[in-house]
Amino acid sequence: MPAIGREDVARLADLARIQLTDDEITRFAGEFDAIMDAVASVSEVASEDVPATSHPIPLTNVFRTDAVTRTLTQEEALSGAPDAQDGRFAVPQILGEE
Amino acid sequence: MSAEYTALVDFDEATDRYDPVLGIEVHVELGTATKMFDGAPNIFAAEPNTAITPVSLGLPGTLPVVNEKAVEFAIKIGLALNCQIAESCRFSRKQYFYPDLTKNFQTSQYDEPIAFDGWVDVELEDGEIVRVEIERAHMEEDAGKNTHVGGATGRIQGATHSLIDYNRAGVPLVEIVTRPIPATGKRAPEVAAAYVRTLRDIFRALEVSEARMERGNVRADVNVSLRPSADAPLGTRTETKNVNSFRAIERTVRYEISRQAGILDASGTVIQETRHFHEEDGSTSSGRVKSDAEDYRYFPEPDLVPVAPSREWVEELRQGLPELPGARRRRLLGEWGFSDMEMRDAINAGALDLIEQTVTAGASAQSARKWWMGELARTAREQDADLESLPVTPQQIAQLQGLIDAKKINDKIARQVLSKVLEGAGDPAEIVETEGMAVVSDDSVLTSAVEQAIAENPDVVEKIRGGKVQAIGALIGPIMKATRGQADAGRVREIILETLGVQG
Repeated sequence: MPAIGREDVARLADLARIQLTDDEITRFAGEFDAIMDAVASVSEVASEDVPATSHPIPLTNVFRTDAVTRTLTQEEALSGAPDAQDGRFAVPQILGEE
Repeated sequence: MSAEYTALVDFDEATDRYDPVLGIEVHVELGTATKMFDGAPNIFAAEPNTAITPVSLGLPGTLPVVNEKAVEFAIKIGLALNCQIAESCRFSRKQYFYPDLTKNFQTSQYDEPIAFDGWVDVELEDGEIVRVEIERAHMEEDAGKNTHVGGATGRIQGATHSLIDYNRAGVPLVEIVTRPIPATGKRAPEVAAAYVRTLRDIFRALEVSEARMERGNVRADVNVSLRPSADAPLGTRTETKNVNSFRAIERTVRYEISRQAGILDASGTVIQETRHFHEEDGSTSSGRVKSDAEDYRYFPEPDLVPVAPSREWVEELRQGLPELPGARRRRLLGEWGFSDMEMRDAINAGALDLIEQTVTAGASAQSARKWWMGELARTAREQDADLESLPVTPQQIAQLQGLIDAKKINDKIARQVLSKVLEGAGDPAEIVETEGMAVVSDDSVLTSAVEQAIAENPDVVEKIRGGKVQAIGALIGPIMKATRGQADAGRVREIILETLGVQG
């Protein structure tokens, strides 16, 4: 029983808004399964006293002071936008017709 | 819109047969100078897309840095809600695709909130206290603002396209989540609103947010479920999003209780979903059904290191907490000697601060209450204004009362002086001086007025001499009139009795 099946890949792709062909789904399912296997071997050496690590660098509390820095102008902000209107970013219809 | 047809059940009947359980999520925008993760100004009104930096727009290559002030405010909120403050916590990415965020994720906290396991006491209008348990309070960023174009009344349904302003994107938020709030019964709507009001007051006392509901500084998501009895397992809940006034919160809870009771009565199943509140008729409607809505694929934010507030810092913030609204109310109740009813009326009228400042300026608590809850409350009602927006200061009221206490003016003159203060004529003492409104205390003036009144009213004099001392009012009236109300009625009475040689 593979850890990652074709349905999992299709669902993940859907959640991440990535369009995959049937062939790609099959291929990724195999590759992901191999990755999962490899990563699973970590749990063989990790004991109770080793906490899960998300941030390997021993650094905490990197803060900035609450002071205003330079901002973009509206023109700068919208300069990379495919479409804009009234100083705002314009995006296509969010909800399809119901 | 999906067809929804269920008969609403009368609220009282619904709460007779079902036990409502609440759960409330409150988002508060922090009043920092800058955003959560970048130095763009945190301001309410500005030209669209001007209060932003490349970080606010999530442009490639940008990196967030945590605003220390926002962490401080979040800890203060946690402490005020009797929470534990995490020794270490981290941010997570909450992935969703919606154009109000550019990054396709919201930087939030998931499994490690900065504050957890707290409670807050909520006082209802009749003084009953409901303790609400807080599950967690976590830090996150606000999203941009969408304007939907081409459909009816700005709704997303039927819109042809949408316009986005990212000025609000990245504004620091703290989200406070309750545990299920049981056993509120028919008072569920009131409890829900009172809870959010309590938080609002705490945010203001802490000075962590302006906490203006009408500006969306404080927003509530209201969860409601019903179960057949208090010992039954929790029913399926609905979550009505972004309810932004106390009244709307009450109406949402009422409506959901009536609606869900209708479904359960018909042996139907309440669907777990997000809903929207409609101000026009107080109803809620189903939000869009997102099949994977709950699958946000949270994972730890790799661009931010953990936040580990030192215990020293937390204790320092705890020591520096201001007196919170609940404790303050209890203290003032003791100091002022008000009845519970007087206290609640003062709170509900928003007069607490004003009375306290008037007392600080030298007036007695009862006289301060009398002015703010009497004459001034009436004026505010007539003008459809808030008490605190009236053009009179607590110091002026204390001065006015001081003039009465020193017998320089009487109550009636004081009211005339007050109306001149409200017209902007200056301080009470000044007005009394310049308008010559001080009480006539010169006995010779009063004595001649008394003698005249005695001469003109022999029948009244007869009654008084005959033992009917209460008839004296018929003499005092004309004298007050003759002195244009500026006489001290008590002194006038004494002089009459002396003149007639009658014992009061």
